Amino acid sequence: MTANTQAGSAAALRLSRPRPGRGGGAGRFVGDLLSVAGRATRQLRRELAFVIPALIIPIFFYGVNVGSLEGIAAAAAPGFDVKAFQLPVAIIFAVTGVSRANALVQDISGGYFERLLLTPVNRLALLLGLMAADFVLIVALSIPVILMGWITGVTFVTGMPGILAFILMAALWGIAFNGFPYAIALKTGNPSAVGASFILFFPFAFLTTAYVPEQALSGWLAAVAQFNPVTYLLAGLRSLINVGWDVPSIGGAMLATGLVAAVSLSLALVALRGRVSNG
Amino acid sequence: MTTETELAPIESTASSSSPRPTHEPAIRATGVRRLFGETVALDGVDVEVQPGEIYGFLGPNGAGKTTLVRVLTTLLKASGGNALVAGVDVAKDTETVRYRIGVALQEASLDPGQTGRELLELQARLFGIPKALSKTRVAELIDLVDLGDAIDRRVGTYSGGMRRRLDLALALVHDPEILFLDEPTTGLDPVSRRQIWDEVRRLNREQGLTVFLTTQYLEEADELANRVGIIANGRIVAEGTPDELKRSIGRDVVVVQVEGDVAAARAALEALDDVEHVRTAGDELTAVVSDGPAAVPVIAVALNEVEHVRVLQLSFRRPSLDDVFLEVTGARIAGAGAAPPSEPLHTPAPAYPSARAGGASR
Repeated sequence: MTANTQAGSAAALRLSRPRPGRGGGAGRFVGDLLSVAGRATRQLRRELAFVIPALIIPIFFYGVNVGSLEGIAAAAAPGFDVKAFQLPVAIIFAVTGVSRANALVQDISGGYFERLLLTPVNRLALLLGLMAADFVLIVALSIPVILMGWITGVTFVTGMPGILAFILMAALWGIAFNGFPYAIALKTGNPSAVGASFILFFPFAFLTTAYVPEQALSGWLAAVAQFNPVTYLLAGLRSLINVGWDVPSIGGAMLATGLVAAVSLSLALVALRGRVSNG
Repeated sequence: MTTETELAPIESTASSSSPRPTHEPAIRATGVRRLFGETVALDGVDVEVQPGEIYGFLGPNGAGKTTLVRVLTTLLKASGGNALVAGVDVAKDTETVRYRIGVALQEASLDPGQTGRELLELQARLFGIPKALSKTRVAELIDLVDLGDAIDRRVGTYSGGMRRRLDLALALVHDPEILFLDEPTTGLDPVSRRQIWDEVRRLNREQGLTVFLTTQYLEEADELANRVGIIANGRIVAEGTPDELKRSIGRDVVVVQVEGDVAAARAALEALDDVEHVRTAGDELTAVVSDGPAAVPVIAVALNEVEHVRVLQLSFRRPSLDDVFLEVTGARIAGAGAAPPSEPLHTPAPAYPSARAGGASR
């Protein structure tokens, strides 16, 4: 350590980073976001125990659902492609609730989140960086699901662009849903509360057209499914497999996802503001 | 941490650094108050720390030490008063303050799933240090805190001392002017504690780093601090150099542990000419005297005369910061979770056996 400053006169701070009010702006935000996302994706690579169940669950449900519905469908509606019908369900199962919210809670309870707050990091990047890592994971989880569909004979009438759109729509849904666990994580800092947020998955995933087409639903389930955004998301995803570039279906899926995102991300941003506030 | 690594200040690649105020205190807190609901955590704290100084902030758990650190480091807003850190108002320009301070909070706050190097590199990126410079800086810090090959292991495998040293390195990544250490050695073994002390001293001596250190360990404040502020119940109750504070209560202290009528024992001590004054903490009487060796036999004889009093132990020593704390607050800090010192704070005089140890009390 060089005695380049004397006691009584603290070492001069000579940082290259722009000072507040001297620019930085979008470039700085992106830098912070990539830094936070980079750390989160490193964590993911080291937490296979977290990733593997997220991969097994959709494959398991796809197998069970196709196995149990195929016979009924063959009798009731000859020619109905159950595998193509179930692939969007599998991908919803794969991407819903896959988030770094638990890691965020660990950061909060372990104090590392506070250490980050002691840096000039953009506060929004602390949340969006994690969501960026979620996006990477969700896309990665989608690929084996698509492969599983391909192996079992599901083809997309929209071809490769349709497959990419399929993955993108599913990933956007995953991010939209993740606003809820992040909101709970930031608000409570409690791992049990974040774990409990998974209960939201059930009405979204089951009170919808997961097992039968909309016209076959009846009674209260038909009424509820009408208000479930996943109904429209599934319709959009299925259209990419069976119908083609059906704008109303795809638009409906994007609108439904956007509405969920508006609610969940608003909650997450309010919770973030509360968490980073020094009041 | 015995390495002689030299830690160079970060050089600029742009002339964007704000001008540093000169001839100003590194920290100036004026009438800082902080309420949590009805609870008053800080009740008008005034503190001034000069550049290059190590300021020890001493107090028991719950006294308000951490609350003040959190206010000064922008993590918490004060309910009243104001605070300037490096000449910058912590309430108005939090970001500038964050560039100028390094902070190691009470628990080493680290991500156990990352390696030490990854955390240092991330910290450097978040402070906007260019990649090439950050590599050099991280290498210097790794040597400085003597983590060796462990730097590429995950933090979850580190010992408490290693975590603390990494925490210190993280606080130094951006070459801060002022270092806040909130109970930096709590829970560490004596060897690790001494390593941290050596490093803090070295940073202060060689880099002129201003250090604001909170501690509940008397020994730590005595060893490290140029000046000490004692906080109790959210207020600063004494301030000065450790020697000044100790001198302020007299030359020697005779400590007597008694069984029986403590009030009568106290009255007997207060009646003695040699005794300046007496404080009581439980069954322990602390008498401030001008000449300890001469006072001990006088006190022993006096207590021997008191009915229903049995002396269990009697010793004299130079005043400690704990005695200062007792003097100004009426309670001892040492009982409030202080760890046993790694070595005696002062060379203790031999304990005098009880004048009537083992004898029947009257």
